[in-house]
Amino acid sequence: MIEQIEPVQDVKRRRDAVLSGFVERVPFLKFMGITFDRRGNELTAVMNFDPKLIGNPVVQRLHGGGTASFLESAAIITLAWKNIWDAMEANELDLENLEGGALPPLPKTIDLTIDYLRPGLPRDAYARATVNRSGRRYASVHVEAWQDRREVLFAQATGHFLMPYETRS
Amino acid sequence: MVKPNAAQQAFTQNLPLCQALGMEVTDVNDGEATLTMPYSNELIGDPTTGVIHGGAVSALMDSASGLAVYMHPENKGHTATIDLRIDYMRPAAPNKTITAHAEVYHATRSVAFLRATAWTDDRERPIAQATGAFVFTKKKKTS
Repeated sequence: MIEQIEPVQDVKRRRDAVLSGFVERVPFLKFMGITFDRRGNELTAVMNFDPKLIGNPVVQRLHGGGTASFLESAAIITLAWKNIWDAMEANELDLENLEGGALPPLPKTIDLTIDYLRPGLPRDAYARATVNRSGRRYASVHVEAWQDRREVLFAQATGHFLMPYETRS
Repeated sequence: MVKPNAAQQAFTQNLPLCQALGMEVTDVNDGEATLTMPYSNELIGDPTTGVIHGGAVSALMDSASGLAVYMHPENKGHTATIDLRIDYMRPAAPNKTITAHAEVYHATRSVAFLRATAWTDDRERPIAQATGAFVFTKKKKTS
């Protein structure tokens, strides 16, 4: 028997709907200009530059608090996304009801340690999070952020997160 | 703690992100600063509860720490965050102003070590605490 291959547009529509379901319901991400690019299951968080993100107006550098927000957001969304993946791919999510409760609550931050490696320049920043351990209750996530050159990090962070009850099985 | 003078109050007005987040300087002292940040729907991180995003609280504690470094009597230069660790202890109740106090508990020639606490109603029930290392340039002793 030939396996039925799901049309590519259906796959993309489903994945993009779930990702934007997570992102669009968090007002703070919009406030900070944080968006997510997706390639397959890999997410890249983008903090789109805006003058309000500046912390040092004399030398025009990003505010460390904004960088902290960016890294924390990248970690939370990546963790939520990783945890929903299997259910999403098995078509178990009600895509029509993503706003109304088909998506689980977001993980909660327990702690976050941010390492400021270089001044943040007045331009877009990118971040990718790696989930190093994700258990039923706790997860440990590492995030790397860069600007112009991928290999030149301007900040990194490690954080611990409490998983929402719905994903504890 | 004493009320900030005009120059100290201007700290948050001069930093665009502090201004965007509505921060104000309420108290200062040698190596110490207290800042507030009002609740705003734009800052919600958890849409189901209306709790402010942890990142906004981090930004408030980072800003308070920066001003605390500038308030240190032996500081003579600019500062920047080297490292910041934040513990989120309980969610910030919605619709409440968040206050953060930061203090330099130790300063070497080139590093200031900071502690910061954030709360809404009761300082004894903090929503978050932070420890950080900041760039510091100590004044040369005059003899």
